[in-house]
Amino acid sequence: MSLPADPTRFTLADARDAVKAKRISSTELTKTFIKAIADARPLNAFITETPEHALKMAEASDALIAKGDARPLEGLPLAIKDLFCTKGVRTTAGSRILSNFIPPYESTVTQNLWDAGAVMLGKVNMDEFAMGSSNETSYFKPVINPWRAKNSNQALVPGGSSGGSAAATSAFLCLGATATDTGGSIRQPAAVTGTVGIKPTYGRCSRWGTVAFASSLDQAGPITRTVRDAAIMLRHMASVDPKDSTSVDVPVPDYEATLEGGVKGMRIGIPKEYRIDGAPPEIEALWQKGAEWLKAAGAELVDISLPHTKYALPVYYIVAPAEASSNLARYDGVRYGHRAAGVKDIVDLYEKSRAEGFGAEVRRRILIGTYVLSAGYYDAFYARAQKLRTLILRDFTEAFKKCDAILTPATPCAAFAMGEKTADPVTMYLNDVFTVTANLAGLPGISVPAGLTADGLPLGLQVIGKAFDEATVLKVGRSMEQAANFTATPSTWWRV
Amino acid sequence: MSVDKDTVRRIAKLARLALEEERVEPMMNELNQIFAWVEQLGEVNVDGVPPMTSVVEQRLKMRADTVTAGGDADAVTANAPMSEDHFFVVPKVVE
Repeated sequence: MSLPADPTRFTLADARDAVKAKRISSTELTKTFIKAIADARPLNAFITETPEHALKMAEASDALIAKGDARPLEGLPLAIKDLFCTKGVRTTAGSRILSNFIPPYESTVTQNLWDAGAVMLGKVNMDEFAMGSSNETSYFKPVINPWRAKNSNQALVPGGSSGGSAAATSAFLCLGATATDTGGSIRQPAAVTGTVGIKPTYGRCSRWGTVAFASSLDQAGPITRTVRDAAIMLRHMASVDPKDSTSVDVPVPDYEATLEGGVKGMRIGIPKEYRIDGAPPEIEALWQKGAEWLKAAGAELVDISLPHTKYALPVYYIVAPAEASSNLARYDGVRYGHRAAGVKDIVDLYEKSRAEGFGAEVRRRILIGTYVLSAGYYDAFYARAQKLRTLILRDFTEAFKKCDAILTPATPCAAFAMGEKTADPVTMYLNDVFTVTANLAGLPGISVPAGLTADGLPLGLQVIGKAFDEATVLKVGRSMEQAANFTATPSTWWRV
Repeated sequence: MSVDKDTVRRIAKLARLALEEERVEPMMNELNQIFAWVEQLGEVNVDGVPPMTSVVEQRLKMRADTVTAGGDADAVTANAPMSEDHFFVVPKVVE
């Protein structure tokens, strides 16, 4: 197989094989990415670049390769979402309140990657505390989508909250990136940047050492350029972890080994409730195309119903802020993080440190969460939302009696312009309309690039699977990837 | 359901978030816009439906009650905005 001349264009699988075969050293590979990152600063994808750290890790990898002791991801440069605590390397969660925080410990997910031999290029930008769908809530300024519409110089958003992970992967600044998904934060940015993103089943990846947003929904996963790369990376992020009581005792399979299994004989559910009024016709057309691809590959299409779909987003905007208001109570200006100056007493210290440290979207969600959990309102809001969550999960349980996986659009639209949706929070929230159900039900979901809009912007399709059946999700994703033959890449306008 | 200005001030107090007086009304409007949208949840009959407590069918794991980490006061206080001799320093709390 011939490899691209520019090593940043390698897939993660290509790079793995080339490094192992000593066709390129990890140091050489790492240096080309460090240069690419420096050349791409206009995208603002990174909050903290760690080139020295990366080169040290690459050297260590090269030494192991020379000895014949290479591990599965030996010497492969990755970007890490700035929500994963990295020992000795600043971890901000995209927030002012953690802008000076240097963790004394390493998250389980990143430790797993380093134990497999991967190299850290730096920490990538994100919406503050992962709250957002456009990366515009970051204290460290928005990320710019590497993609632009045809004949336009307008800056577009990369989606969110893992906007830095998606932009860095799409712009060839890393082989892949870690990301997290609470309501769509892996799959939505992947879809609007032409990359692959998988959110595994809740409990598959440990949450230990990942800055918490909404603990019953948060899951880590990779953003990569191919489905195979996602299969490889997910396997080495996932683990059973005694440090996370919600980490589930199910062995992590070799997803890559079963990737090419095909969809012959599989039943693919098409949920009628995912046809939404006002969605651009391109979204509906692509969805139909995706269904035809799977049918042509031997799958059977089955009409299914998920009747409570329309309630998923409002349920999410009760459950997630409630959990966030509780999780974010720890930021008090005392033990770590930003502390306000010139305060008169301890309550003043808390109130001012938090008001200065949190941005507008985070403050709004803390207030929503505090309200829905407060005395007299708990039953009307929170308890009702959790009951609806049960109904949403039941919808899926019923549907999966008739099908093996579900095909849906990934997003209701392609990448939009900066500032286009910031005025109205509900309009922004609607970006997650197709992805949020999988979080509420804890199910695995993948977004795979499937086509371009008339304006030349990428769109994705989503596959949702049964709990702990990432293998099927990846297999269907792979089949779709082959049929879509998505080869478009953004022009490198940022290299001035 | 909607909130008034006093409620906004009260929940900001509960959340320990300073909210300037001129921000109270805009925040009230933003919250009411969101509450108006979530109001549709009221149309579903949830009688007899148990609230979700866990998305995966798993009992919460127990672990042995043993010390697994600790004893490193330097690391614990390393990120403190203000500390002295491994204590966190705060404004005077008790007169």
